[in-house]
Amino acid sequence: MIGREPLLRADGVTKEFFGVTALSNVDFELAAGEIHALVGENGAGKSTLIKILTGAYRRDRGRIALEGESIDPADVMDAQKLGIGTVYQEVNLLPNLTVAENLFLGREPKRFGLTSPREANRRSREILSQYGLDIDVTAVLATYSVAVRQIVAIARAVDLSGKVLILDEPTASLDAAEVSRLFSILEDLKARGLGIVFITHFFDQVYRIADRVTILRNGQKVATRPIAGLERIELVSMMLGRELQEQEAHGAEPVDYSKKPVVASFEGVGKRGRIAPFDLTMHAGEVVGVAGLLGSGRTETAELMFGIAQPDEGRIAVDGRPASFSSPREAIHHGFGFCPEDRKLDGIVDDLSVRENVILALQARRGWAKPLSRKEQEEIADRYIAALDIRTSDREKPIKFLSGGNQQKVILARWLATDPRLLILDEPTRGIDVGAHAEIIRLIGELRERGMSLLVISSELEELVAYATRVRVLADRRHTGELEAGAITPDTIMRAIAAGEDETPGDRGGKGRAAEILAEGAA
Amino acid sequence: MTMPATIKRVLPQLAALVVILALNTAIAPGFLDIAYANGRLYGSLIDILNRGAPVALLAIGMTLVIATRGIDLSVGAVMAICGAVAAALITGDHSLAATILMTLGVGILCGLWNGALVAFLGIQPIIATLILMVAGRGIAQLITEGVILTFNDPGLIFVGSGSVFGMPFPVILWIVIGIAASLIFRTTALGLLVEAIGINRRASALAGIGTSALLLAVYAASGLCAAVAGIVAAADIRGADANNAGLWLELDAILAVVVGGNSLMGGRFSIAGSLIGAMIIQSVNTGILLAGFPPEFNLVIKAAIIVVILVVQSPASHTLFAFFKHRPGRAAETPAGAAKPEEGGAR
Ligand SMILES: Nc1ncnc2c1ncn2[C@@H]1O[C@H](COP(=O)(O)OP(=O)(O)OP(=O)(O)O)[C@@H](O)[C@H]1O
Ligand SMILES: [Mg+2]
Repeated sequence: MIGREPLLRADGVTKEFFGVTALSNVDFELAAGEIHALVGENGAGKSTLIKILTGAYRRDRGRIALEGESIDPADVMDAQKLGIGTVYQEVNLLPNLTVAENLFLGREPKRFGLTSPREANRRSREILSQYGLDIDVTAVLATYSVAVRQIVAIARAVDLSGKVLILDEPTASLDAAEVSRLFSILEDLKARGLGIVFITHFFDQVYRIADRVTILRNGQKVATRPIAGLERIELVSMMLGRELQEQEAHGAEPVDYSKKPVVASFEGVGKRGRIAPFDLTMHAGEVVGVAGLLGSGRTETAELMFGIAQPDEGRIAVDGRPASFSSPREAIHHGFGFCPEDRKLDGIVDDLSVRENVILALQARRGWAKPLSRKEQEEIADRYIAALDIRTSDREKPIKFLSGGNQQKVILARWLATDPRLLILDEPTRGIDVGAHAEIIRLIGELRERGMSLLVISSELEELVAYATRVRVLADRRHTGELEAGAITPDTIMRAIAAGEDETPGDRGGKGRAAEILAEGAA
Repeated sequence: MTMPATIKRVLPQLAALVVILALNTAIAPGFLDIAYANGRLYGSLIDILNRGAPVALLAIGMTLVIATRGIDLSVGAVMAICGAVAAALITGDHSLAATILMTLGVGILCGLWNGALVAFLGIQPIIATLILMVAGRGIAQLITEGVILTFNDPGLIFVGSGSVFGMPFPVILWIVIGIAASLIFRTTALGLLVEAIGINRRASALAGIGTSALLLAVYAASGLCAAVAGIVAAADIRGADANNAGLWLELDAILAVVVGGNSLMGGRFSIAGSLIGAMIIQSVNTGILLAGFPPEFNLVIKAAIIVVILVVQSPASHTLFAFFKHRPGRAAETPAGAAKPEEGGAR
């Protein structure tokens, strides 16, 4: 790469927000035909850097050049015209437009000078089929899951990136098979000479696909290194500025939960079209992991348990007494908590401060007439900012100005602050850096020891192994199996998922899907 | 930094008000004079406070509705209904207390109707409240049976033209109700919860906020404010005019809220801001009258002044200021803390 002018180049980029330095004097180089990983802790400045490269933010200082020519994209559209396609961390699509409209927004295909929705629909189906997605492209985007929305955003960016493609944590909510498809598309684009910037917290993925990696820490560039020959430990310590204590890999010790008090039981609870009836008994001091592919009914299970959707059959009992929740509010009054998967839509209240976001659920439970005093609020917020290492310059900062991973921690704090008896976590480590990841896994273990009952949904099997005392396996909107402590390894979970998918009759899911998972596991 | 946040929040509105008042003084030299006669204060300033009362009252409820990301188009019509109800009751030989209580009750019912459409049926607020906006005047006409129902109960008339400690009673009303509403919403958690549902209703419901009950309460509060405004307006003319009472005032109330620095997108709100907004609008009205422009110019001039105020307040203009202060690419130093919010978060 030496001697050749890089495809995209940034020199001395600096950005401050309200006097807080997010980037200071960062240089960055992207060559044509390379996949360049960008890594760093939550709040290191990764998203800020790419937003500056793509005109979403204005830099305070520095120079950006594309193919040797200075550029100064005024906005995202401008960057697109220059051939830079981007998927931001908070997917920027329009949820009330159809999938096809989102894919072709601002560049609708024309026939005889008129826009042709039919043509757009046809091409949308074609584009999405490359990602293994066979969905109704005329349906409104909001009706689809986070994963589908993410794939649509990626497909749009790939389709309009002529020279540079930038992806900010694109794989955060994708499963293994979808990640593989994405990667093969990226390899294609790379072969065609595109430069690709790829932000992720999954080091496996960095090693699998990237050619070089740039590490940011506290808004400064630490290094850019070729992946070949770079030790993982070295990468982590450059990123954190310290060594990471190795996670004990053996997993949670077996717990005989059947002897522990029952917090809540769900018997034959189900809702037609969403999730088949299931039985589940939650004990104090246990962590029930939930594994399954996207669309296997994991989130639907949580929604029935938390009163977001109402079951049309089955019985629920809390502390042995029959209960039914017609809203999350009632579930919360029984001591339940639920940290949702989609933090932007279901979690953050973006104009409110970090403090207000942390105390929101607790305040809602106490009722409007019993406000927490300002001092109590500040104490609670400060406690969790310290405990979860939430990186913010100020507890009064609106949460929307925090980095993605730090927002996730604030939502977690919101639920911890209510001190629930039963806590449901849907993908709690989504977008969380390796250091904090280890912390959250430790925290889950701690909560369990204190007697909390936890249900944790996760696509990361290693993570489930680390904290689950048993694992529920879901396939095709049914609970198909359960693994007991001692028998939980990534491999057994994967086989259980595949077995569940195999026995489901019919088309979507089915054998092809299961084989794919096992192949993934072997790779 | 020692300035309380609430005052800091309304500084731009106060500044705008001062500018308008200064312009008025320039146009009409006696503008600031205040006289005391017959146990009552007189003068243009007092007149502004008094004439602005209905819009100020409406703006209190409207602020709360807008904070939930809603809007209440029915308040003008609810004023007409409540004026008619009050006139009908008092001429029907009900006591003053009963008349007022029942009229306020009717206002609350109107608000609950709106709130139910929004909270339970999920109808968009602009459509939901349009129903009562259209139907309301018809209802008011049914009550007055198509005539202007006049009354001469001194107690009811006092609400519109009496005075306490020299201040016109409507002024006392809007100031007291404004302070009470601010206290209720800021000393409890209501303010925070209302802001939360306005910013992200889904996330708020998941956090356990009773979003439906809150929406009902907020629309009911708006109905209550409209009822008070309706009584004031009727008492002022000693009669209920179903056709003209409160006509177009919903628009002035919305404008007052917006000029008061509140976003139509919901979320953070300031009742004080809206009240100052109402006074700005009334000062503009009075100023135009004082200047003696031909009446056909009034609305155009008013619109122009409001456009200026809104442009100065808009996030886009903040971005522009910030842009000229530190142009990118130049080696301009950014003074710590001086950067304006430029990523669409200005407020
Ligand atoms: N619009 C903004 N206003 C104020 N501060 C901001 C804004 N955007 C980012 N920041 C701050 O800049 C820093 C870097 O944030 P950035 O989003 O770039 O982090 P990141 O590396 O992408 O982290 P993550 O892995 O959590 O996504 C953070 O401290 C954040 O609080
Ligand atoms: Mg980020």
